[in-house]
Amino acid sequence: MNELIDFVTVAVVLFAIGIYGLVVKRNAIRMIFSIEIIANAANLNLIAFSRNLHNAQGQMFALFSIAIAAAEVAVGLGIIIIAYRLYKEIDVEEFRSMKG
Amino acid sequence: MVLHIMADALFISVAILTIGSAIVALETRELVYGAIGLAISMMGIAGFFLLLDSPFVAMFQITVYVGAVAVLVIFTVMLVRTQALFSIKEDPRRKTAGIVLLLVFIGGIGAVVLASGLGNPAFTKFNKPAIDVATIGKQMVTYYAPVLVLLGLTLAASVIGALALARREDIEQKNERVD
Repeated sequence: MNELIDFVTVAVVLFAIGIYGLVVKRNAIRMIFSIEIIANAANLNLIAFSRNLHNAQGQMFALFSIAIAAAEVAVGLGIIIIAYRLYKEIDVEEFRSMKG
Repeated sequence: MVLHIMADALFISVAILTIGSAIVALETRELVYGAIGLAISMMGIAGFFLLLDSPFVAMFQITVYVGAVAVLVIFTVMLVRTQALFSIKEDPRRKTAGIVLLLVFIGGIGAVVLASGLGNPAFTKFNKPAIDVATIGKQMVTYYAPVLVLLGLTLAASVIGALALARREDIEQKNERVD
């Protein structure tokens, strides 16, 4: 059967891809994609260790983490729409000032 | 033995699907395809949760990520003018640096994981029984009940905040003048 180390490996690769996206991409929506990929790698680790240690806390944490990620995406996309309205651009290097 | 190989083939195909569509989500030129790639990647993560005998979390993942987040992202991509999405080109040097950072992260964290003894056969096998959904339900309404309430409040606050952020004051003022 599958082993814990396999799932942890996939989580590490997903995390690295998310970090790459955060560093390289200038598009704000793609940065949100990267954050989601990182959050999912963390959730995968939580579930894998929960399965291995027979502990329900990991699954509870993953459930709460998924719900919080949904809230975060809603607010993040709202901010992106505001920034687009102000700058007519979703390139994060154009968002130079924080004033409205 | 056949079951063993089957399970491994399933794992590998889900892993390729998840990682490949995560790369597609970040690298494809059109942002709408990127959003669809992200949704497929989230489905792959839900598949991992099913492989880990946590069907409840897998269903929650599909409901929230594929049902809500992906649709939200696709709507935002459609709201933002398409011309803004195509003009962005990243610096090739920056991309090279990003790929180097990716490999450094994989190597570094991989070395830490291997050195931690996680691959030890006594620990890495799933030899304990899976957690059933009833346990999660009981935990959620007993020990984690305050957290659940706080989570509901957080979600409500974030939805109200997103609505308040996306409100257009200029249109509202115009409507008031017409009235």
